[in-house]
Amino acid sequence: MTKTLFDKVWDKHVVRKIEGGPDVLFIDRHLIHEVTSPVAFLGLKSRGIKVLYPERTFATADHNTPTINQHLPVADPLSANQLKALESNSNEYGISHWGLGHQKNGIVHVVGPEHGITQPGATIVCGDSHTSTHGAFGAIAFGIGTSEVEMVLASQCIMQPKPKKMRINVTGKLSKGVTPKDVALYIISQLTTSGATGYFVEYAGEVFEKMSMEGRMTVCNLSIEMGARGGMIAPDETTFNYVKGREFSPKGEAWDKAMEYYKTLKSDADAVFDKELTFDGSAIEPMITYGTNPGMGIGISHEIPNAEEVEGGVATYNKSLGYMGFHEGESMLGKKIDYVFVGSCTNGRIEDFRAFASIVKGKKKADHVTAWLVPGSHIVEAQIKEEGLLDIFTEAGFTLRQPGCSACLAMNDDKIPAGKYSVSTSNRNFEGRQGPGSRTLLASPLVAAAAAVTGVVTDPRELIEDEGILSSVINKVKDLF
Amino acid sequence: MAYDKFTILRSTAVPLPIENVDTDQIIPARFLKATERVGFGDNLFRDWRYNPDNTPKADFVLNNPVYSGKILVGGKNFGSGSSREHAAWAIYDYGFRCVVSSFFADIFKNNCLNIGVLPVQVSPEFADKIFTAIHSDPKAELEINLPEQTITLLPTGEQEKFDISSYKKENMMNGFDDIDYLQNIKGEIEEFASELPF
Ligand code: SF4
Repeated sequence: MTKTLFDKVWDKHVVRKIEGGPDVLFIDRHLIHEVTSPVAFLGLKSRGIKVLYPERTFATADHNTPTINQHLPVADPLSANQLKALESNSNEYGISHWGLGHQKNGIVHVVGPEHGITQPGATIVCGDSHTSTHGAFGAIAFGIGTSEVEMVLASQCIMQPKPKKMRINVTGKLSKGVTPKDVALYIISQLTTSGATGYFVEYAGEVFEKMSMEGRMTVCNLSIEMGARGGMIAPDETTFNYVKGREFSPKGEAWDKAMEYYKTLKSDADAVFDKELTFDGSAIEPMITYGTNPGMGIGISHEIPNAEEVEGGVATYNKSLGYMGFHEGESMLGKKIDYVFVGSCTNGRIEDFRAFASIVKGKKKADHVTAWLVPGSHIVEAQIKEEGLLDIFTEAGFTLRQPGCSACLAMNDDKIPAGKYSVSTSNRNFEGRQGPGSRTLLASPLVAAAAAVTGVVTDPRELIEDEGILSSVINKVKDLF
Repeated sequence: MAYDKFTILRSTAVPLPIENVDTDQIIPARFLKATERVGFGDNLFRDWRYNPDNTPKADFVLNNPVYSGKILVGGKNFGSGSSREHAAWAIYDYGFRCVVSSFFADIFKNNCLNIGVLPVQVSPEFADKIFTAIHSDPKAELEINLPEQTITLLPTGEQEKFDISSYKKENMMNGFDDIDYLQNIKGEIEEFASELPF
C-alpha cells in the first residue's frame, strides 16, 4: 500500500490500535512549559505515578516570563509560582529544565529545533497548539491538553484517532516582499479557520522546497490556525543540514542510521490524500488581517470584504469588524497603528529580525509607535547582536527585549492596551489575545517593519528599494552553527 | 482526574449562537496562572461576561437569568485556537456537562472528552432548530442520551444521532480516563520503546 509522509511517521509510532477507538501513539519528544504542566504533575502525584521516560521531556519557561529585567525576581506572584512549579517538578522527576535566565531558555517551539530536540520522523507533543511548528522537519508534531501532558509523562503515549490527510501544494515563485508568513496567512484566508479541522496537512511544492527551515517553521506553526492538527514538510538537504551537529541530534554512526530513516520520509509518488489543494505562489501578496481570527486576512492592497462575500454568519462577521473598528470595503493601507510586535514562535527567529532590519535600516521609528522586538530565544538574541542587527535597530530608534512569548498571548506585562492597534508577527488576532480590548493585525516582519517606520499600515514593497539588499540580508549567515 | 459518569442528561440549555468561539474567549490567557484546577468557572467567557470594572455585561447570555442549564449550545467551529484544557475545565467548573455545536475544533473536542464534558456534534439544521426552540422558550429541554448516542429536542421530539468512538463512550459512561488504560499496558509500551531507533 502506498503511504503518505504522515502515514509513515504515524504508523511507526502506533503501540496498539483500539477497536472502535483511538490509536495508542508513542511520543518521542515532549516539551513542557509553566502554564499547561502544573496540573498534569498534580495528577501524577495524586495517582502516585512516576515519569516513565524523563529524558524524553524538556522544560522551558516562556509563556508568562517578563521580557525585561529577567535577572530580577518575577514580580507577579502567580507567574512566579508557575515558574517555581515548573522548576521543582522538573527537578523532582529528573527532567531537563531551561528556566528563566538559562542560556538555552526561550520559546518552546524555538528552542526545540535550535538544540536538535526536533528531528525528522519523530513524534513531538507539547501543551501548546503551535507545536505544529516542528512539522517543518518532517515530524508529526501537535498541541495537546493538560490531561494528555499527564498521559505522556506517565506513559510516553497519547491516545489519538488517526486524522485525515490533506496536501497543500504551492507552486511557482514568490514575488518580492512576500514571506513564508504571507504564504501561510494566504492559505488560511482561503481555507478559513476551520477549513482543515480533522486533517493533518502536508505542504509540498516548489515554494516550500526553496524555503529555509525558519520559513518552513513559520508555515507549519500556523497550520493550527486553519484548524489542522498539524502540518509537515518532507525533510530534504535543507533539513538535514540544519539538524546535523546540534546538541540532541544523533551523532556519528547514529547519524548515519538516522539518515537512512530520514531519507524514507516522503510521500510515495502515488500516495492518496483525503483532500488536495494547489495554489499559485506568484499570486500571493504581502498579507494582513483585518478581523478577529487568522482566516480574516487579505492581500495588503485589497479592501475589507463585504459580509456577503465571506463564508459564515453575517452577525459574527459584523461583531468582528465592530470589535476592530473597521468597515466593509475599506482599504487597510494608511490605517494608523499604535504598536508593533515582532516575536513569538511564528516569527521570532533570526530570519525574521533580519527581514525587519532590512526595512528599518537607515530609517526612524514613527514617533507614536511603541515597538516590542522580542527574540524567540537567547540564541536568537545573541545572533541579533553578533550580526549587527541590534545596531541597525538602535540607530532606527528601536530597543530589543529579552526572549519569551510576550505579547503573543499577553500573560506577562506585555499587553496592548484596549482599543489600540498592533501590527503583530504572532499568530492570533482573537479578541483580547494581546491584552483585554487589544486589536491585532497579523502580518509578516516586513509589513510590521513598514508599519513601524511609517506609523500606518504600509505596503512593504514600497520600501524595498533594492530587492538585492533585502535578500542578501535575509540570506546572510544562513547557519551560524 | 476523575469526573462524574455520564449517561443520560436532561436539561435546559444556554444558547451562544456565535461562530468560531475560540478558547481565548472561553478563558482569557491572564486567568491561566493557577497551578491547581480550581475556580476556572468564575472566569468562563470573562471578557464577554464582565466589563473591565468587573460589573456584569447585561447583554451576555450567561448574565441573562432566563437561560440556564447544564448544556451549552454554541455556533459553528466551537473551541478553536489555543490548546488550553483550561477552556474545558472552565466549562465543566461552571456547571456545563455537555456542549452542542454543528462543528468543533479538534483539540478542544479531545480535551472535553478527557475531562468529562460531552461534545455533541449535530447537523447545522438541527443546531438551528435548537437555537430557535430555546429562543422561543428558554424552558425548552434537551435530552442527551449517551448510551443511545441521541440528542432530542423534547418539546418537538425531534432527534438526531451523534458520533462518539465506542472507547470514549465507555470511558464517559464509567468516568474512566486514558491514563487508567495506559497504565495497564505499560509493559507493552516499554517493549515498544526499547525497539525504537530513537
Ligand atoms: S509564542 Fe505564542 S503561540 Fe508560541 S508558544 Fe508562546 S504563547 Fe504559544
